[in-house]
Amino acid sequence: MTNGPLILEAPLAPKQTRLEELWRLFKQNRLAIIGLFIFVLFFITAILGAVLTSGRDPLFDPALIRLQEKLLPPLSRPHVDALPPQEVPTFGRYLFGTDDLGRDVFSRMLQGAWVSLTVGFVAVGISVMVGIFMGGIAGYFGEHHLRWNHILGVTLLLAATVMGAMGNVWTSLGLLMAGGLCLSLFRLVKPYRKLRFTTAWLFKNAVSVDTLIMRMVDIMLCFPSFFLILTVVALLPASMYNIMIVIGLTSWMGTTRFVRAEFLSLREQDFVTAARALGIGNFRIIFRHMMPNAIAPVLVSSTIGIATAILTEAGLSFLGFGVPPPHATWGNILSGGKGFIFDAPWLTFIPGIAILIVVLCFNLFGEGLRDAMNPKLRER
Amino acid sequence: MFSFIGRSIIQKTVTLFFVSVISFLIIHLAPGEPSQVDPMNPKFTPEMVERFRQEFHLNEPLYTQYLLFYQDLFTGKIVSWKDNQPVLAKIWERFLNSLPLFIVGTLLTWTLSFPVGIRSAIFRGGIYDRSATFFAYLLISIPGFFFAYVLIIFVVTVFHVPVIGMETFGMGAASWPHLFMDRVWHLLLPSVLGATGGIAVLSRYVRSQMLEVEGQDYVRTARAKGLAPDQVHYKHALRNALLPFVTMFGLILPGLIGGSVIIESIFSWPGMGRMAYEAILARDYPIILTVNFLSAVLVLIGTFVSDLLYLMVDPRIRL
Repeated sequence: MTNGPLILEAPLAPKQTRLEELWRLFKQNRLAIIGLFIFVLFFITAILGAVLTSGRDPLFDPALIRLQEKLLPPLSRPHVDALPPQEVPTFGRYLFGTDDLGRDVFSRMLQGAWVSLTVGFVAVGISVMVGIFMGGIAGYFGEHHLRWNHILGVTLLLAATVMGAMGNVWTSLGLLMAGGLCLSLFRLVKPYRKLRFTTAWLFKNAVSVDTLIMRMVDIMLCFPSFFLILTVVALLPASMYNIMIVIGLTSWMGTTRFVRAEFLSLREQDFVTAARALGIGNFRIIFRHMMPNAIAPVLVSSTIGIATAILTEAGLSFLGFGVPPPHATWGNILSGGKGFIFDAPWLTFIPGIAILIVVLCFNLFGEGLRDAMNPKLRER
Repeated sequence: MFSFIGRSIIQKTVTLFFVSVISFLIIHLAPGEPSQVDPMNPKFTPEMVERFRQEFHLNEPLYTQYLLFYQDLFTGKIVSWKDNQPVLAKIWERFLNSLPLFIVGTLLTWTLSFPVGIRSAIFRGGIYDRSATFFAYLLISIPGFFFAYVLIIFVVTVFHVPVIGMETFGMGAASWPHLFMDRVWHLLLPSVLGATGGIAVLSRYVRSQMLEVEGQDYVRTARAKGLAPDQVHYKHALRNALLPFVTMFGLILPGLIGGSVIIESIFSWPGMGRMAYEAILARDYPIILTVNFLSAVLVLIGTFVSDLLYLMVDPRIRL
């Protein structure tokens, strides 16, 4: 007992925040550091590219057609005397060559970088948001049950939306009111519930929230994802936003499963019980207290998800869907060059290698992050 | 056991029903109509469009269309809107074309990824392991269509053989070794491309499984009592590491009907993926919906089979 105070005064281990520790572990993985570096580089390039290639008189004009300059190899000089002075490329050279319409591939690559970046981030952003929302509800409110009147009401509301989309306004309005009535019925009928045996089944528990959401995940997993994306993108009018939304809405299932699994274990822990005992609201508990503890696997899977989304977008543009033609994407530069693979291989190789490098860096970065967050590798 | 089978059959039927409803709604609620695919065609007079709509029940309300469609599907009477051929026969024909790609691709995946994964687990941290890891990431990250062109350029310039299509056109009089080799060359590239992603993912998975088992106590005991390293690795560790892969036999089933759209269109391979792609372009709803339905059925059967296999292989699991 004599050395009790000594222990208290003994120097504590240097305090490391979580982020510092993560960085220390992450630094040891050389490939992941390279991945992070290229990721930052790509980010800057894409933003610069969006700035430099847009506007009325851009520094690099991706849409300028010079038919006399077509299919020039990379680093070749333009024929200055054949071009009006305002059409000479910015560095006095075609850095990446020109395509079959004489457009500067370097400018087109810059413009395409922005498309890849936004599609990757927005699509994954959508899928992560949907995934966290669904997974959070399934994990936290999973034991609650839905009653038949909820299901009936939601079905009616969905039918109303469908009818509205088909232009059937009156049926839609009627269904809307019926659905609303069904959902609010519980409040109205509650005092007399015992009396009405005919409607009693409406208030029976039908299915738990957890079961419902997990079955939705199962249903979504049944669709062949690229085929589904292709179908929807082909049927909808071509635009970048449709692609982002469709990719996002078909890839949230993994996140939902992660978040649900984390929430199921976090829900039983003491700090959540304490928070609940203090009277903190459900949503504050979910987002302020539980989410920071559950976010790690989501972060990793979303980094890899960005890589997948970029690949999917490139595949779609390659097939000729997606961002409408005058706008360049890496996929459609490659697809435009496929007729000239033996005469102008740079039209295939430059976008192909660019996609490869960017996707590779996201994958390496994500895997490095996963390793760094793996508790088995931490020294404690 | 039987209650598990019964329960999952019921559950999967319900899932399948919802899949059918959702895919039907997605397709029919999208803007545009199949009767307007080709509005510039002078043969497509308003009377023709009306006849078309009449013939394919497009005037009926949606739920009637849904019922009629699945009634036709289950009685096998369903026809393509484009050429009036029976859909199931068309799919079967294309399926037979895609099948060799699937078989060769699966064989490549399973025979290559196991040796690679096991070796990199045994020599973990070494130069072999690190380069295998890097190559795995490279293969996951490379866009299939780009890799396809790289391989085409390589094979065509080095070996001087044609690779596009299922066979070289006009080889009728050649001797059978020539015909056979021609077929092999045409088959090789698309199946290698189909297998790349699988090889990368599966070899990583084999490695991590193997590492996990190698870290367990009984492996250390086996090593401590002086067994030969080969016996420890292949007899003690590998057998347990293989357990999760048995279930994967069920999960490769959906690949049967997948048929990569991109690879089949690059190689002009008349398979499932290409048929689906053409059907999407032509808004040939019966084919799109049938392919979707069949692939959902295969996914569900696949998960069911893998659950069953797990049940049989792993005595610790009791449902």
